[in-house]
Amino acid sequence: MKVVVIGNGMVGYKCCEKLVARSGSSPLELVVFGEEPRPAYDRVHLTSWFDGKTANDLLLAPLSWYTDNGIRLHLGDPIMQIDRTNKTVTSYKGITEQYDYLVIATGSAAFVPPVPGMDKKGVFIYRTIEDLEMMKAYAPQASCGAVIGGGLLGLEAAKALLDLGISNTHVIEFSPRLMPRQIDEQGSAILQHKLHQLGLKILTGKNTREVMGEEAVTGLQFADDTILPADIVVVSAGIKPRDELAKACGLATGPRGGIIVNEQLQTSDPYIYAIGECALHNNMIYGLVAPGYEMAEVAVSHICSDHKAFTGFDMSTKLKLIGVDVASFGDPFPAPDTCHSIVFEDKYKGTYKRINITPDGQFLLGGILIGDAAAYNLLLQTARNKMVLPANPEELLLGSRGTADNGAGVTALPDEAMICSCENVSKGAICQAVTDGHETLDDVKKCTKAGTCCGGCTPMVKDLITATMKAQGKYIRNVVCEHFPYSRQEMLDLIKLKSLRSFDEVLDHYGSGEGCEVCKPVVASILASLWNDMILDKGNDTAQDSNDRYLANIQKGGTYSVVPRIPGGEITPEKLIVIGEIATKYNLYTKITGGQRIDLFGAHLSDLPDIWEELIAAGFESGHAYGKALRTVKSCVGSTWCRFGLHDSVSFAIQIEERYRGLRAPHKIKSAVSGCIRECAEAQSKDFGIIATEKGWNLYVCGNGGSKPQHAQLLAADLDSETCIRYIDRFLMFYIKTADPLTRTATWLNKLDGGMDYLRNVVVNDSLGIAEQLEAAMQLLVDNYKCEWKEVVENPELRKRFSHFVNAPADKDPTVKFETMRAQKKAAEWK
Amino acid sequence: MSTTHTTTGTWFFACKTTDVPTNGGVCVKYNDEQIALFFFARRNEWYATQNLCPHRRQMALSRGMTGTVQDEPKVACPFHKKTFSLKDGRCLSDEHECSLTTYPVKIVDDRVYINVAEITVMAEV
Ligand SMILES: Cc1cc2nc3c(=O)[nH]c(=O)nc-3n(C[C@H](O)[C@H](O)[C@H](O)COP(=O)(O)OP(=O)(O)OC[C@H]3O[C@@H](n4cnc5c(N)ncnc54)[C@H](O)[C@@H]3O)c2cc1C
Ligand code: SF4
Ligand code: FES
Repeated sequence: MKVVVIGNGMVGYKCCEKLVARSGSSPLELVVFGEEPRPAYDRVHLTSWFDGKTANDLLLAPLSWYTDNGIRLHLGDPIMQIDRTNKTVTSYKGITEQYDYLVIATGSAAFVPPVPGMDKKGVFIYRTIEDLEMMKAYAPQASCGAVIGGGLLGLEAAKALLDLGISNTHVIEFSPRLMPRQIDEQGSAILQHKLHQLGLKILTGKNTREVMGEEAVTGLQFADDTILPADIVVVSAGIKPRDELAKACGLATGPRGGIIVNEQLQTSDPYIYAIGECALHNNMIYGLVAPGYEMAEVAVSHICSDHKAFTGFDMSTKLKLIGVDVASFGDPFPAPDTCHSIVFEDKYKGTYKRINITPDGQFLLGGILIGDAAAYNLLLQTARNKMVLPANPEELLLGSRGTADNGAGVTALPDEAMICSCENVSKGAICQAVTDGHETLDDVKKCTKAGTCCGGCTPMVKDLITATMKAQGKYIRNVVCEHFPYSRQEMLDLIKLKSLRSFDEVLDHYGSGEGCEVCKPVVASILASLWNDMILDKGNDTAQDSNDRYLANIQKGGTYSVVPRIPGGEITPEKLIVIGEIATKYNLYTKITGGQRIDLFGAHLSDLPDIWEELIAAGFESGHAYGKALRTVKSCVGSTWCRFGLHDSVSFAIQIEERYRGLRAPHKIKSAVSGCIRECAEAQSKDFGIIATEKGWNLYVCGNGGSKPQHAQLLAADLDSETCIRYIDRFLMFYIKTADPLTRTATWLNKLDGGMDYLRNVVVNDSLGIAEQLEAAMQLLVDNYKCEWKEVVENPELRKRFSHFVNAPADKDPTVKFETMRAQKKAAEWK
Repeated sequence: MSTTHTTTGTWFFACKTTDVPTNGGVCVKYNDEQIALFFFARRNEWYATQNLCPHRRQMALSRGMTGTVQDEPKVACPFHKKTFSLKDGRCLSDEHECSLTTYPVKIVDDRVYINVAEITVMAEV
């Protein structure tokens, strides 16, 4: 049997994979033509190319996979013609292949509205890696962006523009609101508000009449005569199925495009199938990958003379748009008289949840989740499997926060429940895999393929693994790595119990092998958090992460940056001058950091001890910018100068920074103190933040900037300074004792059973009876503090380690290169 | 030694054994080349590879953390934590990544020697 596949996109690839798996022993000749220059890649995660994923990372399978399976793959060579009478296809390069069965998987193209000027320079579409490369090349000369189309792809494209540094970006939507097909009005409003906060500007109800500009685009003109300046435009106004080949050879196509197929995905020619985004089934084009995969399954089984049918597919989706969860499932907005809807809205947090249930309250029909879609998988399964709802269905929305609930929910699902809809993997199959001994996520992914496509079901798969193992009476351990069969918390307790002080001792007692880049820093951090010994002593230097090992942050090109501590951001003019002189002497790039201190970049490894010798002589000490440790305590100027200030926020910030300097933890820790509720120091975005009140200080904890910002929550109000510090001692030590490796306080709190109430009980009410112990542990660390750099500078043996060449200590790395920018140096660009 | 090279090239003197931190690495200069040298004290094994990480072409492997995976010795690049086998230089964390050149090492008394037969090859990488 000989099959020819036209198109090597996501669905075309899936078709090959299924044909190879199905054909088994019967001989199969498989030829694939792809128009793009590279083998099929993960278009769904296209945008992650901007976060550093390479084209290679995105491949669904390497080229060798095709050769290994005997597939003849012609890339960069589109099919130009289908000859149905002779059953042959002919490609652009002139190759003619005969077929027994032909599969058309040509996908779709971006729909570009017929508006004058769309061909101008700077107007892009967003579908292939080449499109992204062209956008990226053009972006540096652009400063204001516009995306035409406020649907799913448009919002993805807008994120791409933000990632490219075009912070002034508008999304233009023709209808009066965003994502009109997927979510309801109220949901659109919340989404729009949330995106607005993230810096995206949104214009709805705008009809683009013309793309303005000479050769290159300069702006958009709308039907209402308004004008939006824009020098880079992405068009994302929908998709157009690629049915041109099918049309030319006389296959039936729909009036608005798409190759008409029956339930077996056959076109009007029984030897030709069409699958994916080019196929029109029952008047529907499916613009998602999961239905496309299901089509591949049905077509392949029909070719192999099995009988499956494609009867439509539910268009549930969950996405993360620019960091905002958006999900819709089942029937998101049925007619009002056919259902009851329960709506939960939190304008402050920007979450909106709606579920639709049958009028008798028995079943879930569908719903919408915005801002927090943690409950998506469970709700989707509840709807799909027609599970009977609890007496108070609102619990589905409100009680779904903790992981404990999710776990229980997973066990209640029937075995047939589809967990991974991209790969068609049921709950039963996953549990079976776990029972067969595949007990890690990676193992289960490998053997069932669940979670390998869009990844949306991963949390559920994890819950299923845990639940299955628990059901078998196995104790679930969150172990550090192959060398230590313990969780971080267990390791900390054991190390403390035996008073171990070096990585080698810990490995001798509790580990096996040589350790690795995962467990070494975990153990090193625990040792530092317990004893606060000099981190380069006792052979622990090589157990430190590279930055800790050289007490500096490695930067592009292999040089380091130096950050002296400037507590509370307060610095004398004399000290500023010293920093300036040192930077000049060692030719360092200087920049003020977000934490109110000064970062000096571009130091050669061998210069570090000399630089620090001079800094220390001038009264500076290490800023621990290289460690998973306390970074800065930022402060506003407070009552000493500010007319609104209630207390002296600078003095309190300095006192706190000096207390916790050098404190090592599972992750970095940041703090801030504001002198009044105007919050100029942004304390509520920190791991712990303090705001002055009329009566004392309010203490907020577990806030986080970074990729998923989270506000800190109030732990206790109106504290005096001493109590405030006691609570911080307890809070930090409790976090250090119990958090998983590399977990910031915000994530730690999100996972903590009982959440903020529980934490407040431990810290404020001492519900575990460990407050005294926590305070004593902290006091030990405070008393043992020494500046690491001072110790290195004074110790010739340690100093010796700071040279690039062991056999030529005076030589610097000759491959280090700098370029010049705005009168300072910068690291040479890497490839 | 655990390397499988045919050792026909020249052995050059790199450094004293005590110059290399226990369970860590150093960078050795040989003419215009940079070689990363690693010492696994617990098993008393030595390994040498190119110092250049092929991922973003950074001279950094000697500053990486060493360790094992299923008993195979490896080093993790400090930049993006790609890991490489010290036995044959292949990238363990990314099958599409280029491999490292490895060099035989021998110890005579307290002196470390590295064999540089293939070294001109890597200069062109
Ligand atoms: C930015 C972006 C984000 C997305 N996000 C999601 C998401 O979160 N969830 C989701 O479910 N879906 C998402 N999608 C949609 C998903 O990518 C598509 O549904 C899926 O790729 C469709 O697969 P396909 O094989 O039908 O088409 P494609 O992947 O487009 O593949 C078709 C291939 O055929 C080639 N071709 C066309 N004509 C010929 C010819 N004559 N000869 C040879 N080759 C030809 C094309 O060049 C292309 O390579 C997203 C899409 C984009 C662009
Ligand atoms: S937070 Fe209050 S006290 Fe501090 S600078 Fe702002 S207004 Fe002044
Ligand atoms: S430079 Fe080595 S891993 Fe990226």
